[in-house]
Amino acid sequence: MSIDIETVRKVANLARLDLKEEELEILSSQMADIVDFVNQLAELDTENVEPYIHTVSETPMREDKKGETLEREKALMNAPEREKGFFVVPRIVEI
Amino acid sequence: MFITMKYEPVIGLEIHVQMDTETKMFCSCPVEFGNEPNTNVCPVCLGMPGSLPVINKRAVEYAIRASLALNCKVHEKSIFARKNYFYPDLPKGYQISQYEMPLATNGYIEIEGKNGRKKVRIRRLHIEEDAGKNIHEGDKSFVDLNRAGTPLMEIVTEPDIRSAEEARIFLETLRNIMRYTGVSKADMEKGQLRCDINVSVKPVDSEEFGTRVEIKNVNSFRFVQKAIEYEVERQINIIESGGKVEQETRTFDPSTGKTYTMRRKEEAEDYRYFPDPDLLPLIVKREWIEEIKKNMPELPHQRFERLMREYGLGEYEAKVLTNIKELGDFFEEAVKHYNEPKGIVNWLINDLQGLLRDKGIPIEESPVKPEHLGELVKLIKEGTISSKIGKEVIKEMVETGKSPSTIVEEKGLKQIADESAIEGIVKEVLEKFPAEVERFKNGEEKLIGFFVGQVMKATKGKANPKIVNSLIRKLTGVS
Repeated sequence: MSIDIETVRKVANLARLDLKEEELEILSSQMADIVDFVNQLAELDTENVEPYIHTVSETPMREDKKGETLEREKALMNAPEREKGFFVVPRIVEI
Repeated sequence: MFITMKYEPVIGLEIHVQMDTETKMFCSCPVEFGNEPNTNVCPVCLGMPGSLPVINKRAVEYAIRASLALNCKVHEKSIFARKNYFYPDLPKGYQISQYEMPLATNGYIEIEGKNGRKKVRIRRLHIEEDAGKNIHEGDKSFVDLNRAGTPLMEIVTEPDIRSAEEARIFLETLRNIMRYTGVSKADMEKGQLRCDINVSVKPVDSEEFGTRVEIKNVNSFRFVQKAIEYEVERQINIIESGGKVEQETRTFDPSTGKTYTMRRKEEAEDYRYFPDPDLLPLIVKREWIEEIKKNMPELPHQRFERLMREYGLGEYEAKVLTNIKELGDFFEEAVKHYNEPKGIVNWLINDLQGLLRDKGIPIEESPVKPEHLGELVKLIKEGTISSKIGKEVIKEMVETGKSPSTIVEEKGLKQIADESAIEGIVKEVLEKFPAEVERFKNGEEKLIGFFVGQVMKATKGKANPKIVNSLIRKLTGVS
């Protein structure tokens, strides 16, 4: 299995990673190795096996009752930029 | 033949409905509007590392109730999935949604289309969470995460809708179902019901659909219809001039009535869905589904039929009272106090509703209480006041919130039903207009209205019109 540079670039973009050209080269071979490794699983015959998703059977649920919220100060304390109680980010361009 | 008649639009809708719960989908932060920004938040909806989502049971119940009302099959097992994308109003970097195994599939609703009743099939209904809100100003965007995590239902139709008008009717029908089942306020203007539209056009006689275009986030019933009308025309023009419709996402601008390109297919997002490892499968037991079904509130089409059957209302009145649930509730409450459905529906639809609309008051906040409307109709029916005076009284009721009998009492508006009192006034009027009396006697029948009007003027509308009529005839000798 080989992963071309364009695929690496696309995956990097989806993860918002800014990679240098030489990193793209390295990652393309490393990603190919990873995919090959995982692909060994495909050798197994899973014809009549239910897909594995979770071991425990069912999600718990909570009642629709209000609980505690964070103080706004705490909610915003890690924000790189804030103003009037809002998180502030560079203007979002609608795509 | 018009060019447009050679083509038929094919429309499917994707609707997001905010559920009317106390708290968010995966955390116990309150769902409230108009609070200070970033005050209804906690580590879960802020996407803090180490926090874990826990499902709101009521939201699941509402989604099941909605699914049943849309005639869907509710699945005992469904799976939450992560939809991955980066956007500042989505702090986790993914939205928790359902993908391959949604809560419900395969439903339909019936709508009253142009050509009679038709079924629009529902492909699926699933549960997900809302994102936060952004305000753009200058070179900055301000993010408020109070809305992040609000429980949503996404409802997807099959491409069964064939006109812009049908799309609007479908949405109105859906909104009513959401309101009647109590799962959402479903107010489009408040963003509690939001709609994405898929549109393509095909030659009328063709089975094959054309290339479809998605129109995002249109926020009123009227705009949905307008956006589709514009888009259909745009696509037909492209095809007629030999071009090809491109698969893309467009946005509707209400100020121009046009749609504009947002992104092309090749730039489309790659969401990399996968099952959310933080959430186990959602299991809903058969018995729970049955219980929800058993306690299902009355649905709009059921009320529509009951209003006609139980109260003898016409189709038009029944439709008006069904479409605005609160108006129907008001009507039924008023009838409980005075059993005169036809009179009450007329005063409600023709008078009260208009007066409230002028003042911008919704019916549920009406200063006139249902029992007072019933009382008003009673006063008229029993001849205590004329309907003309009734019009004045109802205006006063809207202004002051007083009961009609109080107003009638205070303003001395009781109808004069005493024949001898009216006779004197009729005599005066006849003496004042001898020429008209002469013409009336010579067969100018319509002058009766003129005399009645004069008597009403002299009594400020309080004379019983029946008595006035018969006295005019008696005193002039015209039968």
